[in-house]
Amino acid sequence: MTGSATTAIAGTQEHRPGIWKRNQRAMAPWIFLAPGIAMFALYVIYPIIASMWLSFYDWDGLGEKTWLGLANYAELFDDEAFYTSLYNNIIWLVLYMLAVPAGLFVALFLNQTVTGIRIYKSLFFFPFVISQVVVGLIFSWFYAPNFGLFYNLIEWLTGTGLAVLADDRYVTYGIIAAGLWPQIAYCMILYLTGLNNVAPDQIEAARLDGAKGWKMLWHIILPQLRPATFIAVVVTVIGALRSFDLVSIMTDGGPYGSSRVLSFYMYEQALSEYGYRMGYGAAIAVVLFAIMMVFISGFIWKMVRDERGL
Amino acid sequence: MFPRPIEHTAPATQLLYKVALPIALILWLLPLLGVAMTSLKPSSDLAAGNYFGLPSYLAFSNYADVFTNSPIAKYIFNSFKVTIPTVIGAVAISCLSGFALAVYRFRMNLVIFFLFVAGNFVPFQILMVPVRDLTVSTGLYNTITGLALFHIAFQSGFCTLFMRNFIKGLPFELIESARVEGVSEFRIFWYIVLPLMRPAIAALSVLVFTFIWNDYFWATVLTTSAETQPVTAGLYSLNGQWIAQWQLVSAGSIIAAMPPVLMFFLMQKHFIAGLTLGATKG
Repeated sequence: MTGSATTAIAGTQEHRPGIWKRNQRAMAPWIFLAPGIAMFALYVIYPIIASMWLSFYDWDGLGEKTWLGLANYAELFDDEAFYTSLYNNIIWLVLYMLAVPAGLFVALFLNQTVTGIRIYKSLFFFPFVISQVVVGLIFSWFYAPNFGLFYNLIEWLTGTGLAVLADDRYVTYGIIAAGLWPQIAYCMILYLTGLNNVAPDQIEAARLDGAKGWKMLWHIILPQLRPATFIAVVVTVIGALRSFDLVSIMTDGGPYGSSRVLSFYMYEQALSEYGYRMGYGAAIAVVLFAIMMVFISGFIWKMVRDERGL
Repeated sequence: MFPRPIEHTAPATQLLYKVALPIALILWLLPLLGVAMTSLKPSSDLAAGNYFGLPSYLAFSNYADVFTNSPIAKYIFNSFKVTIPTVIGAVAISCLSGFALAVYRFRMNLVIFFLFVAGNFVPFQILMVPVRDLTVSTGLYNTITGLALFHIAFQSGFCTLFMRNFIKGLPFELIESARVEGVSEFRIFWYIVLPLMRPAIAALSVLVFTFIWNDYFWATVLTTSAETQPVTAGLYSLNGQWIAQWQLVSAGSIIAAMPPVLMFFLMQKHFIAGLTLGATKG
C-alpha cells in the first residue's frame, strides 16, 4: 500500500510543493477515488457487513437488540414460507434464462436492413425502457379475470377462463412471463449490437465452404457473440434473483404467499405491516446474498481472467 | 451479415418477411397497446363491457382526471427531483473514480475496481435495513435528499465500471505526452481526458436517468408520503385507490412511463451505446 502511505505523508506536508510534484502520480489516484470510495463504503460495503451482523440478533428496528446467535437461521430451516420463496427463486432463475435464447432469436429476426427496420428495433426494445411497476400493471390488466386479454384467450381456447394471478399453481409463472418481456428486449439489444460486429469476412468464408443456417449460427456466429452472451447471462441471472417489483405490484406475494420470492419475503418480514423483524429479515437477505455471491464470484472470476489477458 | 440479407432471397420470402414484421411487433406490444387503448376509453365503455373494441370516443378526460384527482403531478415532480441530482452526482463521482482506475497503476487498483463491480450486483435486501437505519439516523428518512444520496452511492458502482472501461479505450499516448510536458495530473484530467469523455457522460446520464426513474424498491423503503414519493411508488398506492378503474390505472401508467420513454427516443444512440458497452469486445 505505497499509495495510501504517501497520501498520509502528503496530508501533513501539503504546502511543500516539492513533495506533491514528486509524488503526485502516486497520490492522485487516491484523491480521485476518495469521493467514490467514501460513498460506496458508507452505502454498500458497510450495510452488507451490518446486515450480516444483524442477522444474529432479534430487533424490531427501534428498541434494544437481543443476541440470538444462529436462532434466526435455525428458524429459517423450519419456515414453510422460506422454502416456498426459495423454490420460487429457483423457478425464476431457470425460466428467466429463456430470455437469452429468446433475445437472440428476436435479434436474428430483426438483423436486416429493410426500410424502417430501425424503428422496429426501437419498438421491440420498448418494454425495457418502461418501469417494472408499469410492466406489472400492464400484465395485471392482461391477466385480469373476466375481461383481461389473456383470460379471454384461455376461455376461448378451453372453455373456462384462467385467473392466473389468483391461482397458486400458475401465479409465479404468470409473473415470470411479465418479467421476461423486458428482459428479452434487453438481451435482444445486446445481441443486435453483437451481430453488428461479427466479422463479415468470416461469414463469407464460411458461406463459401457451404455453411449455412444452424451450422453457421453454431460454429461461426455464436463464438463471436460470446461477449454479448456473457453480459446477457449476467444481467439475466442478477435480474432473476433481484425480482421484487413485479411480485410486489402484481400479487403482493399472494395468493396465500405462493408467489413470494426471497427478496420479497425479506421485505415482508423486516418492513411491512406483517411485522418489523429486522434480524430475521437480515438472515433471509444473507441467504439470498450467499446465493448471489456464487454467481457474482463466477462473473468476477471470468472478468479478472479477461483483464489479465489484456 | 447474418442471417443472410433478406434482399438476397426469393421474392416470396421477402414479402413474407415484410408481412411478418408488423404482425410480430403488434403481438410483442399487445399488452402495451391494450393499456394505451384502455387509457383512452370513457368509463361508460368499460361499464358496458367494451373491453377490446375501439373506444366509442377518445376520452382524453381520463388523463385530465388523473392529473386533477390524484397527486400524480407531485409524484412526477418528485421523481425529477430524485433523478436529476442522482444523474449529476453519480456521473461526476464516476468520472473521477473511473479516471483513477483506468490511468494509474497501483497495487490496489484491480481490487477496488472489482469491489465496485461486485457491489453493483448485490441484492438490495442485504443493504435495506442498514441503509434505512442510516437514513433515519441522519434525519433524511422520507426526504428526497436521503433517497438521492443512496442512489448516487449505489449507481457509482456501475458508473465506475463503465467510465473506467471507456477511459481504458482512449489513446494513452495523449496522457503520456502531457506528462512529459509537465502537465499536472489534475489538468490532465480536466483538459485532456474529460473533454474526450463526453460520449460516455451522455450515455451514462441517459442510462442512470432511466434506472433511477424506474426504481421502485428504494422508493418504497426510504420514502412514505405523497410529499416525497416518486412516481413508481406513487403509482402503486394509486393503484390501490383506483380498484377496477382500469381507464385511470392505464392513463396513470402511461404518464409515469413517458419521461424515460421520451429520453430513450431522443437519445437512442447514447442509450444503446451505454447499455451494450462490453457486448462487442472481450
